[in-house]
Amino acid sequence: MKILVCLKQVPHQDARLDVNGDGTWIKEDGIKFEINSYDTYALEEALRIKDAGEAEVVVASIGPDRVTQALRTALGMGADRAVHVNDAACQGSDALGIAKTLAAIAKEESPDLILMGLMSDDGNASAVPPMVAELVGMPSATAVVATERSEGNIRVERELEGGAVEVVDVPTPCLLAVQSGLNQVRYASLKGIMAAKKKPLDVKTAADLGVADAVGTAGAKVKIEKIYQPLRGEGAEILSGSTDEIVSSLMNKIKELGLL
Amino acid sequence: MDFSPDSELESIATEARQLAGQFDDQYWSEKDRAHEFPWEYYNAFAAGGWIGIIIPEKYGGVGLGTLHAGTLLNAVSSCGGAMSAASALHISMFGMGPVIHHGSERLKEQYLPPTATGELHVSFGVTEDDAGTDTSRIRTTAVRDGNRWIVNGKKIWNTKAQQAQKVLLLARTTPREECAKPTDGLTLFLADLDKRYVDIREIPKLGRNAVNSNELFIEGLPVTDDDVVGDVGRGFRCLIDGINPERIMVSAEAVGVGRRAIEVAVRYARERVVFNRPIGQNQAIAHPLADSHTELDAADLLWKYAAWAYDNGDRHGGAANAAKIRSAEACFTACDRALQTFGGMGYAVEMQVERYWREARLARLAPISQEMATNYIAEHVLGLPRSY
Repeated sequence: MKILVCLKQVPHQDARLDVNGDGTWIKEDGIKFEINSYDTYALEEALRIKDAGEAEVVVASIGPDRVTQALRTALGMGADRAVHVNDAACQGSDALGIAKTLAAIAKEESPDLILMGLMSDDGNASAVPPMVAELVGMPSATAVVATERSEGNIRVERELEGGAVEVVDVPTPCLLAVQSGLNQVRYASLKGIMAAKKKPLDVKTAADLGVADAVGTAGAKVKIEKIYQPLRGEGAEILSGSTDEIVSSLMNKIKELGLL
Repeated sequence: MDFSPDSELESIATEARQLAGQFDDQYWSEKDRAHEFPWEYYNAFAAGGWIGIIIPEKYGGVGLGTLHAGTLLNAVSSCGGAMSAASALHISMFGMGPVIHHGSERLKEQYLPPTATGELHVSFGVTEDDAGTDTSRIRTTAVRDGNRWIVNGKKIWNTKAQQAQKVLLLARTTPREECAKPTDGLTLFLADLDKRYVDIREIPKLGRNAVNSNELFIEGLPVTDDDVVGDVGRGFRCLIDGINPERIMVSAEAVGVGRRAIEVAVRYARERVVFNRPIGQNQAIAHPLADSHTELDAADLLWKYAAWAYDNGDRHGGAANAAKIRSAEACFTACDRALQTFGGMGYAVEMQVERYWREARLARLAPISQEMATNYIAEHVLGLPRSY
């Protein structure tokens, strides 16, 4: 069995984010990056399948040199191989450009299962997984919170609105986009990190994958016009006094505003 | 000269930080307050195989060097646990250096694998209150008694003795006056920390309270020839393979603590607005933090150089002591400036910097005082006459 896990490297959750000079993205210099948290659950799920029997886990990611560290982390956690699309031409790709690139890798690898995070911590679009599934012609399920594998099928539980759970049978090969909390993600062991150095890490370009026209700002159909910090509103009022006084004052204001 | 990032060291730092990051300031603050050993943290690192970082692969470790261990300790100390986080792990690294380099095959086979997995805790038993840094004057003795030795004496500042099953114990086996050199006649034993013969008393102290420091009162502790590390009477030479790595690793840790202090101070200085501007806009706040940043940069290079030199066979202590002096100063100054940046709130436990400050103070005293490390440089690097 072969499992392809698609990872995105995103700014570290503790990183201070500033908007860049032309207001189209954040300043990336000097901040730390990490694997998108949703993708870590996808990777863990793949590694658990590997631990349970015969499976090869291939991780793939798109981005500049820094992405090597994310892939090394994944290899250190137990993945067998990595594919890194390291191509300046990919800078500014929209979700479809990313999906076409990942789909091209999937077509080369012919995995039995593709696992991805439901969304990215930075973009939050949730667009790429279904696109990849469509492009490679696989059935897919999103917001996966539990899986149960059987021959030719994976029964998944999907998290719906209002706490409802939907149970779906997805025939394999398929793509699953997993929700956070699916499992307890492992850490790379020191021996795993050392072993990762010897594992294959293939570097490719968009041209290698035949998607040069689809990537970058040139290939993007969605363009980021502007990124900005939410403006701070004026007129915040700090209530003072004892707890009872503050509660009473707050209740009066809520009533004044007609919210109750 | 190649300063490009080393992917192996970067991976160690990244993954160690990732794991240490699960144990936040609140965790360490609580351990500090309760004087509790950080078992959850220690067990997480043991499970990941990190404790065996310098233990040879043959004995269940990973077989890396001081530079790698320093990178790990620098990473964990920069995540809020400060010296406590580093000290919970580091004795298993430099403490077993003498066994790795000078121990018998039997000692290595028996004790290195459980050290690598984290099951075996070893304390370092060298310092005595009557001898201080003048190790040749230690009063603990091991006297031959048939086919064994009997140890009597007292040790102080034994880290983790509350948890340790073994102690790397230095004892005099030949009276000082009968030796050609004062440092001859000392023997290193990997002894059982047997509470029938050793009374272990914790020392209440200023900081690093998650990891205990102790006094050992040793009375009639039996040890055997099999417990001897290296040769009888030549223990001091074996110790060098614990002492220099200890200074280097503590240097790496000090830089990590200093980095953390500057990081939280910078964040605060950017966010805290007084007189309609972030306080970090004032040079009185900004310059000390920037200055400390450069001091930490310099100390960072120095410990890495010392580690690289040691790993490449340099047993002279010049670089290790230089790193220790500069990193301890850079660390404490950084923590002090961080505390000052917070103003009155810096004195409050909830802001955490007072804890960093208390822990940072240790690096100026241990594993050797700044003054004695400076004496080493004066005597052994500059060739000046010994001053004491």
